Amino acid sequence: MKVQIDTERCQGHGRCYDLAPGLFGEDDEGYGTVLGDGTTPTGEQDNARLAVLNCPEHAIELLEEG
Amino acid sequence: MAVDDRFAEDFRETRDEEYIGTRNEVITGPVADWATDFSHVEPEWSADPYPIQDDLRQRCPIAHTNRFGGAWLPTRYEDVAAIAYDTERFSSRSIIMSNFRPPRDLAPVGTAPPISSDPPFHHDARKLLLPAFTKAVVTRQEPATRAFCDSLIDGFEGRDVVDAAADYAQHIPIRVIADMLGFPPEDGPQFREFVEDLLEGINLPPDERIERVSRLFDYLLAQVHDHLDRPRDDLTTYLINAELYGQKLAPDVVTGAMALLLIAGIDTTWSAIGASLWHLAKTPGDRERLIAEPELLPTALEEFLRAYAPVTMARLVKQDMHWHGVDMKAEDWILLSFPAANRDPAQFDRAGEVVIDRAVNRHAAFGLGIHRCVGSHLARMELRVALEAWLSRIPRFTLADPATVTWSAGQIRGPRTLPLRIR
Repeated sequence: MKVQIDTERCQGHGRCYDLAPGLFGEDDEGYGTVLGDGTTPTGEQDNARLAVLNCPEHAIELLEEG
Repeated sequence: MAVDDRFAEDFRETRDEEYIGTRNEVITGPVADWATDFSHVEPEWSADPYPIQDDLRQRCPIAHTNRFGGAWLPTRYEDVAAIAYDTERFSSRSIIMSNFRPPRDLAPVGTAPPISSDPPFHHDARKLLLPAFTKAVVTRQEPATRAFCDSLIDGFEGRDVVDAAADYAQHIPIRVIADMLGFPPEDGPQFREFVEDLLEGINLPPDERIERVSRLFDYLLAQVHDHLDRPRDDLTTYLINAELYGQKLAPDVVTGAMALLLIAGIDTTWSAIGASLWHLAKTPGDRERLIAEPELLPTALEEFLRAYAPVTMARLVKQDMHWHGVDMKAEDWILLSFPAANRDPAQFDRAGEVVIDRAVNRHAAFGLGIHRCVGSHLARMELRVALEAWLSRIPRFTLADPATVTWSAGQIRGPRTLPLRIR
């Protein structure tokens, strides 16, 4: 599983780095960033889903890998 | 070093041109029908706007009024979001609905950039402020905020009943923003007057309203001069020195941004802290659960922001158009109610209930789209610290007398009198 942020949609609400600080950070202007390549370890998958479901801008995508 | 002459006395004359706008007849008094005559400054709305919004959402869902020179009130999440995202057809030139519309050529800057700005200027003005309000930067204010909250609670010593709005919630954002802007903390009571003039005095005769607003700008100009004489590490000096397009900012952009940071940071956070304490005072089950499970607070706090969202914004329609079933006219106001959007059952399960462990909560309390509240990280920090400090020191509290609770009128809604029995 991988997470990615649509930077066109992100407005810097920060719900992703509040709810899943192991996966997301903020840049110098408060916009969300994906830490590393976005690969989501098993223990972080619930947090990843929470981040997706709480983003007010629908800016986070979860890519399920086979 | 050259003297900074941008803030010489005559710059105020350019400001005065902004007052050449359009005024309309002031209509007050009881509302006949909320669908065709709404007013968000009448007492019925201030006391409890949610049943009115719920009713309108079912039967309109976009209400109209001839007050304020013509205005619309969408109540569905979907419509509120569509307007927030559509900066082509809805301008932010004035974001407080009143009986005065500033001149159209004030766009795209507006009176308090960037909240009052439209693209493309908006993006550049906002970029100047964002670095000062990231989560990492506002976290540095947390220890001082906590110490200040504790000092307020120390002041309750020996009292059985305290006013949580006037004696607690109000002071926290005033102190935090005064520190950030580098204004004297003892000027706090003046800030409260500025806030009331700007946000609650909207049905005053336009000339009186303009006179009151100019008092705020007199104060800000005095602060600019003080900072020119004694530059220091704060947001005022930062804005004086900031550059856009290779030049220092125009003087009215500097004072407009200062006005925004001062006004927008106070009433809003004060309201959020007060509404949260009001809820906990009248809902012992939720209060006891938060005492037992303090780790739930960040989730509960988002639910308080959803259910009691303090902020409603406004927009101005740019051109006549048929929009989502209604005929909007150029210069009609839109009352952009994030509180109404946040209680839309089409968007939220149990929308009318406060569910403090609501894990999925895509609320719009801080707006949607390019105007997302620039201070949202600061507001969340203040709200969390204010509630943590209160709950750890005063775990048991109730409404002293529900009948004495009062709420602010206008676009920012929160308790203004909130007597709580604390022992």
